[in-house]
Amino acid sequence: MIRFLVHRTMIAVLVALTVSIIGFALLRLSGDLASALAGDTAKPEQIAQTAHLYGLDRPLYIQYVDWAGKALRGDLGRSLFSNEPVSFLIGQRIGVTVQLSFMSLVFALAIAIPLGVLAATKPNSWLDRLALGLSVFGQAMPNFWFGLILIIVFGVVLRWLPISGSDHFANFILPTITLGTAIMPAIMRLTRTGMLDALDSDYIRMARAKGLSTGAVLFKHALRNAILPVVSLSAVSLGLLLGGSVIVESVFALNGIGFLAFQSILRTDFPVVQSIVVFVSFAYIGLTLLSDVINAYLDPRIRIG
Amino acid sequence: MITHREPSRSANETVLAVEKLTVEIEVPAGQLHAVTEVDLHVDRGETLCIVGESGCGKTMTALGIMGLLPRRARMRAQRLELEGRDLLAMRRAELGALRGDRMAMIFQDPMTSLNPVYTVGNQMEEIYVRHGKGGHKEARERAEYLLHKVGITAASQRLAQYPHQLSGGLRQRVMIAMVLMCDPILMIADEPTTALDVTIQAQILHLLADLQQEYRMALILITHDLGVVARMADRVIVMYAGQVVETGTAAKIFAAPTHPYTRGLLDCIPIPGKTRRGAKLGSIPGIVPSLIGQLDGCQFRNRCAHAFAACGAGPIALRSLASDHAYRCLLEQTPKRENRQQQPAGAPP
Amino acid sequence: MTSIEHGRAGHPTTRVGTAFEIEAPSPRAIRRQRALTHPGFLFGATVMLLTILVAVFAPLLTTYDPFAQDLTQRLIPPAWTAKGSWAHLLGTDGLGRDYLTRLIYGSRISLIVGFGAAAIAALVGGSLGLIGGYFGGRIDGLVMYFVNVKLAMPGVLVALSLISVFGGSVPVVVGVLGFLFWDRFAVVTRSVTQQIRVNDYVTAAEAVGASRLRIILGEILPNVMNHIIVIASLEMASAILVEAALSFLGLGIRPPTPSWGLMISEGRNFMFFEPYLVAIPGVAIFILVIAINMLGDGIRDITAPEGRN
Repeated sequence: MIRFLVHRTMIAVLVALTVSIIGFALLRLSGDLASALAGDTAKPEQIAQTAHLYGLDRPLYIQYVDWAGKALRGDLGRSLFSNEPVSFLIGQRIGVTVQLSFMSLVFALAIAIPLGVLAATKPNSWLDRLALGLSVFGQAMPNFWFGLILIIVFGVVLRWLPISGSDHFANFILPTITLGTAIMPAIMRLTRTGMLDALDSDYIRMARAKGLSTGAVLFKHALRNAILPVVSLSAVSLGLLLGGSVIVESVFALNGIGFLAFQSILRTDFPVVQSIVVFVSFAYIGLTLLSDVINAYLDPRIRIG
Repeated sequence: MITHREPSRSANETVLAVEKLTVEIEVPAGQLHAVTEVDLHVDRGETLCIVGESGCGKTMTALGIMGLLPRRARMRAQRLELEGRDLLAMRRAELGALRGDRMAMIFQDPMTSLNPVYTVGNQMEEIYVRHGKGGHKEARERAEYLLHKVGITAASQRLAQYPHQLSGGLRQRVMIAMVLMCDPILMIADEPTTALDVTIQAQILHLLADLQQEYRMALILITHDLGVVARMADRVIVMYAGQVVETGTAAKIFAAPTHPYTRGLLDCIPIPGKTRRGAKLGSIPGIVPSLIGQLDGCQFRNRCAHAFAACGAGPIALRSLASDHAYRCLLEQTPKRENRQQQPAGAPP
Repeated sequence: MTSIEHGRAGHPTTRVGTAFEIEAPSPRAIRRQRALTHPGFLFGATVMLLTILVAVFAPLLTTYDPFAQDLTQRLIPPAWTAKGSWAHLLGTDGLGRDYLTRLIYGSRISLIVGFGAAAIAALVGGSLGLIGGYFGGRIDGLVMYFVNVKLAMPGVLVALSLISVFGGSVPVVVGVLGFLFWDRFAVVTRSVTQQIRVNDYVTAAEAVGASRLRIILGEILPNVMNHIIVIASLEMASAILVEAALSFLGLGIRPPTPSWGLMISEGRNFMFFEPYLVAIPGVAIFILVIAINMLGDGIRDITAPEGRN
């Protein structure tokens, strides 16, 4: 198992490095930053001065190394818009995004796993069709639109829940439902498929032949096998949630890093965008590595090999 | 040593009695008649072999007895009794309590029959504890004892290992030990050696024979290999297309096969001492018919050289040749065929 | 003795003496039969076809111009409500444009973006997957490295950034989305190619000296096509959803082009009083995406070698 994990870690590091380079290069595409910074009315010498001031006249790779070195020490530069340190801006808002992502994942798992298990125990029954139908719904629903509909129904018509801001727990309920329904279908289908495969297997037949109770067969034997890919998917989903929350945060005016990224893109505040892109990527890489570790631990065939 | 043996009753008590067991499966094309009116019984200390080719219904019969049929299958029988208890009248919970305790089954592939995420010990102990035989400590002791009994050294280490760490032969021994945990009176083994190397096969069969003798279990051995039958069987049931076509003691079946299918089967294998060098081995032309939809008459008739019109007319009953030998065929006796290898001794003229 | 008995598949088998001849239906016939009885496939195909027809024949279906503003006719609700009128079946938006017309023309954007992005992603991802799967070794390692890097990057954020830089024209949006989805194609194509590669008929072609390109195109590609088509339909649905989201955020298709996502965004301002502005385009997206998903699932079921059971 150690060999396996070392291998995975090395790949992760390599990917992280590449991502940081791409993230860095991403916003250099947007044209001449120096003139954008200097302003519309700047004369050429002023633009050159600005370029020199921001270090934009050095070769690209030097700029990258400089940036990477600072980033590793926690200095992500300053926002072009507000002049605050980027790390501070991210730190302010990361809590909201993490809370939203976690709640959405828990919400999705709480529905998907029981539903998937139930659907697998009675294939082709009305319950199974309901589960699959819900899954089709969830995957086809444009989630920003769903969020809006929820706002209309629960926030305006019924007035049960607040519709913007991020101060209270209640603010997170509608966004959680919106995001949760986006990832729930894949998890449910994976659970269902995993359970169907497990229930079809020889070791389940053997478990029944031993006279074990239905509960023991389903949960001790079948689910324990079916859950392995679901754990992986959950970790990956968490990573995707961190990156994809921009839409939901915008709809519900939640002050998370997604919303910050979106505003920064509109303002061409490139240090902020670049940092968030790299940050989210690293979080994703870290989470996939974590899921590899968990998988290796849960599956004795990998753990002991 | 922990055993749960009741004092032995009369020598030849019947452990399992089955009458007219029928299994039908709903498939898109119609009703599949997997098993049609099978009768069988096994006594204590006796080995019954069910022989037939793939798809003939032997596994379905076993699953039907155990109550492990797939969802889509429907079973009915006139009689299904284990140690005198009526299995047909039992609810699922009662049947579940018997499975693994009084009757046990092992399957063909030991590799896939064990759950890869739990240790061997865990899987052995759970069957003991579930049937209320004792706590985990006792279960562990018994597991160690049985592993030792089936010829596995370093038993306590093995208990902590996972299935993928064991070889095929070892796994099958573990399976056998596992189903002995509760000391069942009936063991059904479905092709227990087919997935194993030839040398290991012999060892496993030997082990089964020894254990059976010691514990006086009733053993049902399902196989397509006549060599296994010759070695292990006290009595034999030959199945074809879901039906019993011949039944009798092993001696009679080998010495005097009567049903054309049985004769065909025996023709296909070389028998040391009887088959002449250079003689052609037989074969049975054709393929097994579809078992979907209405079935009339003998299912073997389209491959039988002696078939005639009445063979397809209606159900054919078993005819007795002797008290311990019966076959399902309209023929009084199987006529001699030309160009055949030497007949087994004692065949009807 | 000859008699007709029915074999397993329900097709006639003729017995002559003791020999057997069996007629089996051709693969094409099997697929056609399955296709015609598969409810998901039929639903998906029908809706797709209708949408394509609507998009193509848009000018014939409505007399309004999707860009024509009429500020005297603003915010009229749909015809079936109290204040609606039959002149505007689905009402008008904040600038007085006929909503039904914008919905109809919006279907063009959805379809173009969907097909376009799926095609680009299939081309890029499929090629990479074929190359990686066929050659293996270091080249495969390189392909997987690309895939991993792509997966690690937050797709939506990158797409937003790229569109903000390059502008929100339809070609840019299609291109950006295409680069968002190629990884799924690469992974599946690679895996299928690896499986096919070890088959004997590929080895035979190599033994005969066929050039690699020919083997890839001639032996492997036809077998991979099924999978590509299935994934393409699913990714097309995803592309439509993402385009809607991007347009909604203002960093997708530029106004005044009628994109359904953009219509939702424009309707957001009036959402609390005229919810239909938001609801209607959303329902359209929803139905189209469901249809495409069912179509993709249906194709997968139909072309699977063993069928659904």
